[in-house]
Order: sequence, then structure tokens, then C-alpha cells
Amino acid sequence: MAESTMKPPKKALSPVKWMREHLFSTWYNALLTVAVGYLLVTSVGPLLNWLLFEANFQGQDASDCTGAGACWLFISQRLNFFIYGFYPDELQWRVDAMFLLLAIAFVPQFIERFPGRKWLGIFGMTGLPIIGYFLIPGGTFGLEVVESTKWGGLMLTLILAYIGILASLPIGILLALGRRSEMPIIRGLSVVFIEVWRAVPLITVLFMASVMLPLFLPEGVNFEKLARALIGITLWQSAYMAEVIRGGLQAIPRGQYEAADALGLGYWRKMGLVILPQALKMVIPGIVNTFISLFKDTTLVLIIGLFDVLGTVQSTVTDPAWQNVAIEGYVFVAFCFWVFCFGISRYSQNLERKLDTGHKT
Amino acid sequence: MKKQTIDSRPAGPKPWYDPRVRSLFFQVVAIALVFWAGWTLVENTLANMESRGISTGFGFLDETAGFGIIMSLIPYDATMTYGRTFWVGLTNTLLVSAMGIVAATILGFIIGVARLSSNWLVAKVSLVYIEVIRNIPLLLQIFFWYFAVLGALPSPRQSIDVGGTMFLNNRGLYVPEPLTQDGFGLVWWALAIAIAAVVGIRIWAKKRQLATGQIFPTFKVGVALLVLLPAIAYFAAGSPLEWEVPALKGFNFGGGITIIPELAALWVALSLYTGSFIAEIVRSGILSVSKGQTEAAKALGLPNGLTLRLVVIPQAMRVIIPPLTSQYLNLAKNSSLATAIGYPDLVAVFMGTTLNQTGQAVEVVAITMAVYLTISLSISLFMNIYNRAVAIKER
Repeated sequence: MAESTMKPPKKALSPVKWMREHLFSTWYNALLTVAVGYLLVTSVGPLLNWLLFEANFQGQDASDCTGAGACWLFISQRLNFFIYGFYPDELQWRVDAMFLLLAIAFVPQFIERFPGRKWLGIFGMTGLPIIGYFLIPGGTFGLEVVESTKWGGLMLTLILAYIGILASLPIGILLALGRRSEMPIIRGLSVVFIEVWRAVPLITVLFMASVMLPLFLPEGVNFEKLARALIGITLWQSAYMAEVIRGGLQAIPRGQYEAADALGLGYWRKMGLVILPQALKMVIPGIVNTFISLFKDTTLVLIIGLFDVLGTVQSTVTDPAWQNVAIEGYVFVAFCFWVFCFGISRYSQNLERKLDTGHKT
Repeated sequence: MKKQTIDSRPAGPKPWYDPRVRSLFFQVVAIALVFWAGWTLVENTLANMESRGISTGFGFLDETAGFGIIMSLIPYDATMTYGRTFWVGLTNTLLVSAMGIVAATILGFIIGVARLSSNWLVAKVSLVYIEVIRNIPLLLQIFFWYFAVLGALPSPRQSIDVGGTMFLNNRGLYVPEPLTQDGFGLVWWALAIAIAAVVGIRIWAKKRQLATGQIFPTFKVGVALLVLLPAIAYFAAGSPLEWEVPALKGFNFGGGITIIPELAALWVALSLYTGSFIAEIVRSGILSVSKGQTEAAKALGLPNGLTLRLVVIPQAMRVIIPPLTSQYLNLAKNSSLATAIGYPDLVAVFMGTTLNQTGQAVEVVAITMAVYLTISLSISLFMNIYNRAVAIKER
């Protein structure tokens, strides 16, 4: 932990010595090394062959997939569908613009000392969703309307994850405050809400949103399927968010609460000016981790008939024009998710190390 | 809060500044809001259900279901009631959750320890496994195993034959089923006696160790008892066990136990996925035991195995148990992804088919959510009890 103390100098070992120390230190280690090594050699070679060396990259349709390896043609031919769903070709610039803005707002967050990084982040949390609200569905400023049933692919996955996390944050904060409240009824209601949502699987929540929500609303009021899914995801996610934020609230030393009281601050000013800024900063890694799990869980919407990126792939691997491309499709989706999740998790680990200022007990 | 000087303090703050009055006010408002929202929901729902001609109440549970279920642990056929479909779904959910928890725990502990191995290759391979598996959505992994791997298996006639007794094809894995004959009860009795004896020996050995310091090889004797006693009983009763080997009849296999591909895919995916999370928990648990503890144990002259068993593991378990519990809960909840590939779990059977046929969404969803709530609360209760047992006893 203590970065100030110097680390011991690294031992410089010759390759033979290194191998003796790290691979063949005892007889059972040697045995393990040989067994694992054998498995690796026999599996990685064919895997690489399939993925790259014998794979098919060029051509027009399934008949061009002649090699023994993967048929990546299938992905490149259908890429448009996997990214935009049924969004009309000539209007896809709107989605591209949102992708670009998203990248401008959030990629700098990975780069330390990027000028104005904080403001870009704030724009990403406030301005971006407003622009998206007008740009993606259209209907205002002379933009052509694109119904939400036509949205799909990677774009839909990002919309679900982004809105889910953004909307659940304020609800989560309120619930966390409610759970730490001194008023027994407020506390009880918050606990029940949080625990019920956390106990049920997301699928039941999505089913509920798609089957029961129409029953709950008065006659004539109806939401689109996507909006219903978003409501379900947001409520479910806000319970998890509340628990993460509660962790931060509990980690703030009592003295901070008492100091705010001593200054004569009321409840909201105490929380808004003293407690929450510290608590939220402390739980950023936790929030990022919830985001990762939400991002992975958005794939579940395909069960209620929305076409997220996995949904689009799943619907095309059964296409008779392409035979036996299921593995290629899954590998493609897995790669998309893996790059996102692994990148973000590395970022959050970095952040954790940086935020660990030794305040935690 | 307005300025208040000490000498001119009034008898009490004005009512709207009094924290007690305020908190009472807010709580009354909160209750009123919740009741109002609940009332509106109920009213809307009743009106909507009436206009759509949906009946209410739990009477549908006694009606005939009329649909088949591909796998059930309890006797079931299409002439039985909707209530029965609930139990079929529930037992299937519990089955896959229990199987998943066992496999994920074993896998997670092995990978977690391997991650800390002094063997560079083993440590790196475990790291790659963890980082790859946990960053890919579970649903995708289930699809991968079900459609891409199990779907590519040969048809029943070209089954993969394992020693003439087990058969693997795209309809599932067929294994021999043990059929107990008369006299098998003796083996159960022997097993029960062996378990009782092991418990007795353990208590006696601990007492003796406390009194004299001598260590009795409880583990070895215990294993020997547990294996030998039932084995003797088995042969004494004249081997009262027969195996029903599956055989190809027409287009499919008959006899034996069938593990349907839906179950296999779900089980493999759940175990691999949750196992990768458990591995990280185990790793951080072991790392949390300070080096001084191991060194102290070594200084006392404990051999490596005993150091691990008596010093490291008990302390690591304290750190491991709470997050492990939430992983078990996650696994039980994630088993509901069965719906996507058609494994007949609670959500697929009850919230899927039964809900579609009866249309009684409110009742069905309420029952399903209540079940998950019960499972969640009981797992966390059980784990809290265990956690209390292993927690640090501070004086």
C-alpha cells in the first residue's frame, strides 16, 4: 500500500534460473507445468488457426467461406445490422454523431491530465442525454422520426446501459439516504424497496415491466416496449446503486456529520455540501463496477423481444443463407463486451488505487 | 435554522423548526404517498383486468395445465394442474442452482488458489480464465454452450459412446441409472452408523487432544469408516444394486438417466461464470491473511499442510464468506436465464407458459417474486449464521 517506501530491487535472473524458480521448483510444479503446457500447445495452435490463419475475411456471401477457419465475412457483411439494428441507413449519421460525442465525453476520462476532462465528463452526464433525446428518435427540429422498434444492435445496448446507469444514480442516492435516515418509516420503506429489487432476478423484473406495467397504468396511457424495459432496468439498478452509495456514506467518519451539524447546516445542505461529495468520490469504483454488470445484463432484453447486440446476432445465426456461423457470431459479441468491460474494469482498478488516500479504516 | 442567542431562547423552537415535528410530518407524507400510489395501482389494475376479461384470485392453480414439460423431478404430465407446474419449475430451479453452487465453488477455489500458485504458468492461465470469463455476459455464454457446442453434437444414432454405458448426443447425456433392490436399506443403515461414529470419534479425539496433546488421525479413520462400513454392508446384502444402461430404441435412447442439453448448458455456463467470480474472492481472502500468521505457524513448527488448514484457511474464510454468499445468490437468480434456452425452470414454466395460458399476470408474478425473495432471504440467513460462527470472537 505505502507507495513512499522503496520496493526491493528486482532480482535479475537468467532464463534458465527463472524457469527453475517459477516453473520447475518442485516435482509437482514441474508436473503441473508440463501438463498445462501440453494443454496450451495443443489448444492454442488450432484456436489461432481457426481465428486468424485459416479464417475467411474476403468475399461477398457464404459461398466465399471456403477455408477451414472462421467465417468473419458473416460479421463484416452484417456489421451494419449488429451496430444499428433496423435504423434506416440514410439516418445513421445521427447514431454516429452520438457515438462520437460519447467518445469525446468519456475517452478523455481514461487519460490523466487531459485538459477540461472534468467538464467533458459533466457534459457526458447532462448535455449528452439531452442531445440524444432529440437526435436519436427524431420528430423535432425537422428530424425524421425513427420509432424505437427500429433501434437495435450495439446502439441499443449502449442506450440501455447508459440511461439505466444515469437514471438509477439519483434514485440510488435518495434510497441510500433513506436507508440511513433516522425516520423509521422512511428507513423501512427504503429497506423493503432495496431488498425486494435485489432479491429478484432481472428477468422477472423485465417480464414484470413488459407484462404488468400496462396493467398498472390507467386506460389510454401506454409506453413503448423499450421505455418499459428501461423503467424496469432503472428500478432494479437503483437498488444496487443504493447499496453501493450506502457503503460510501458509512465510510465517512462521524466527525464529518457532526462538523456539518455544528456549522448549523440543515439536512440537505449537510448531505449535499459535506457528505455526498466525499461519499460519491469514494464509491466511484463501485459505481463503475455496477455499470459493468449492468452493461453485461442488458443482453437479457432479448428475452422480452428487444434486439440488442446479442439479439441481432442471435437472430441472424439462424439465417439459412449462412450456415454454421453461430460460433463466429458469439465470438464477435463476446469480443465487443470483453473489450468494453475489461477496459472499464482496468480503469476502475486504477481509480481505486488513486483514490486510496488512506482515509479508509 | 435561524439565529438563536442563548439568553433570549424561547421555550422551544417553532413547530416547523422542531426536528421531531418535521420527521413526523415527512413520515406521514411518505406513508400517504405510498398508500395513494398503491391504491391507484390496485384500482388501475382491477379496472384494466376487468376490461380485458382477466379473472383474479388463485383459483387457476387448481385448473388443468394441459402442456407438457420436457424435464421434471417430480411426476408430471399434461393432465395435472397449474399448481403442479409451479412445483416442477421450482424443483428444476433448485436443482440447477444446487448443481451450479457445488461446481462453481469447487472450480472457484481451485482457480483462486491456482492464481496464487508459485508456478508462473498455472498462475497466468488462471488469470486469463478469470479475466476472459467474467467480462463476457452470462447469457452469451449460455447461448454459446447450448447452440454452438451442444447443438453441434451428433444425432442419437451417431452418439458418442463412452464405454458402452454412457452416450452423448444432441438430445443430451445418457447415463446408467442405479436401481436399488431389496436389502439396499442395510447399506443406508451402515452409512448412517458410519456418520454417527465419525462424529463421535471427532468429539472424542478433540477431548483427548485437549487433555493429553496427542493427535488422533480423525480424517483418515473417518474416511476409512465411511467407505468400508457401507461397502461391507453392500456385499453382505448380496450386492443389491442393478444398473439400467440406456439403449438405443428407435430414434432415441430409452432407460437410464437423461441429462437434457438445456440443463447441461445452463449448468456449465453458470458454474464457469460464477466460478471466475468466486476465484477472485478466494484469492483476495487468502491474500488478506497477513504473512506474519504463516510465519508464526512455521515458527511453531507446524508443517505446511497444517499451517494451511489450521491458520490460513480459517482466517481467510472470514473474508471469503460474505461475498461468497452474494455470489451464491447471484447464481440462484441467474439460473432464471434458463428461459432463454428453454430449460423448464420456475421463470420459464410458471412465469412463461402458465402466465401466457392463464393471463393472470399479477398472481403469477407475485408468486414468482415471493419464491425468489424466500430463496434469497434463506440463503443469506443461513450464511449469516455460518458467518457468525466463524467471525472473530472478541473478548
